[in-house]
Amino acid sequence: MLSVPGGQWLALPTSKIFTRSKAFRMTETTPAPWHEIVRERLKANEVKLVPYVPDRVFTPLIKALHADDYFTTVPCTREEEAIGIVAGAWMGGLHAAVLMQTSGFGTIPNALASLVLPSQIPALIFVSERGTLGEFNLGQAMVCRTMRPVLESLGIEHHTITRHDELAFIVDRSIKQAIATQAPVTFILSPLLTGGKVFAA
Amino acid sequence: MAATAHNAKVMNRFELTKRLVAQLKRDEAVIGGIGNANFDLWVSGQRPQNFYMLGSMGLTIPIAFGVALAQPDRHVVALEGDGSLLMQLGCLSTIAMQAPKNLTVVVWDNGMYQITGGQPTASQATTDLVGVARACGLSNSAWAADEDEFDTLVANALRGGPTFIAARIDDKPGVGTTDRDPVQIRERFMKGLGVRK
Repeated sequence: MLSVPGGQWLALPTSKIFTRSKAFRMTETTPAPWHEIVRERLKANEVKLVPYVPDRVFTPLIKALHADDYFTTVPCTREEEAIGIVAGAWMGGLHAAVLMQTSGFGTIPNALASLVLPSQIPALIFVSERGTLGEFNLGQAMVCRTMRPVLESLGIEHHTITRHDELAFIVDRSIKQAIATQAPVTFILSPLLTGGKVFAA
Repeated sequence: MAATAHNAKVMNRFELTKRLVAQLKRDEAVIGGIGNANFDLWVSGQRPQNFYMLGSMGLTIPIAFGVALAQPDRHVVALEGDGSLLMQLGCLSTIAMQAPKNLTVVVWDNGMYQITGGQPTASQATTDLVGVARACGLSNSAWAADEDEFDTLVANALRGGPTFIAARIDDKPGVGTTDRDPVQIRERFMKGLGVRK
């Protein structure tokens, strides 16, 4: 069950893996992984369309959305293409969220400034944060530094989500706010939440 | 035999826009790309199902695809220029993979970035946009040989797609300009699509 607000985690039945040893048996429930919470909150807010550009860290979320018939998933060749799809879908009455990684965000300021903002499109933008907390690629680290200044300069609401227990609340409330105020919102999913991508030596 | 870019007749964008709009009998949505595609659509008659882009060059086809996904029972037409399409060629691959039946792409190819001073585009000399579309997987792609064939291609496209139609056009500028109030344009479009009351 998920309680919003209140901070109670989305809970799934106790996994069988925990029943193999009494020492590890869990008497209550295991918190749902972050991607299940995102999927559930999208569904709860009738966000049915998800165009995306792939990202390693987002892979479990993308797989879950593909596997769920509720969602229409559209792999895109470029992030601003996904933004265009979100804009068209919303004007046609369909709520949509877009998934990308930090470097992809670096390609969309023109689409935000010349389409989403002037037309008041409530684009829901999920960014897998690269470039920090153990980044091994200087290119990712540099582009990461541009993301929040761009969001600030455009006046776009954005949340960096680091805590599992705040994820459902932030996503749920912010989707509702975006739609109610016809303004975009960006969710930056920190490695603190997702685990991030680590260098494989 | 279908025309090729080489032997397709050079036509006029405003004339073809009027011909296309005349075939829209079922409140089809039309997304006009920035610049002259938009301007000629505007002057052809301001249908509430028309959306006029004011920026975001290259996103005409993705926006149209988004509308098509949201309203599968309504046909959607994207009017795009050659320069804008060249900026976002990947969207043709995306559309081909998804194969929306209710989407038509019309490209006005004058081989130049007309609105910025007539600088040449790659389609003027080397790139065949219909060939690109076919190679991306949009098998139903064709050059319009002349006005009559353009009418036929549009009529067939409105029965089911996805379809890609390219027309060689002259260097005449757009015949007017759109209003530039994006909220009003978006709101009117949403009313035209029945999303707003």
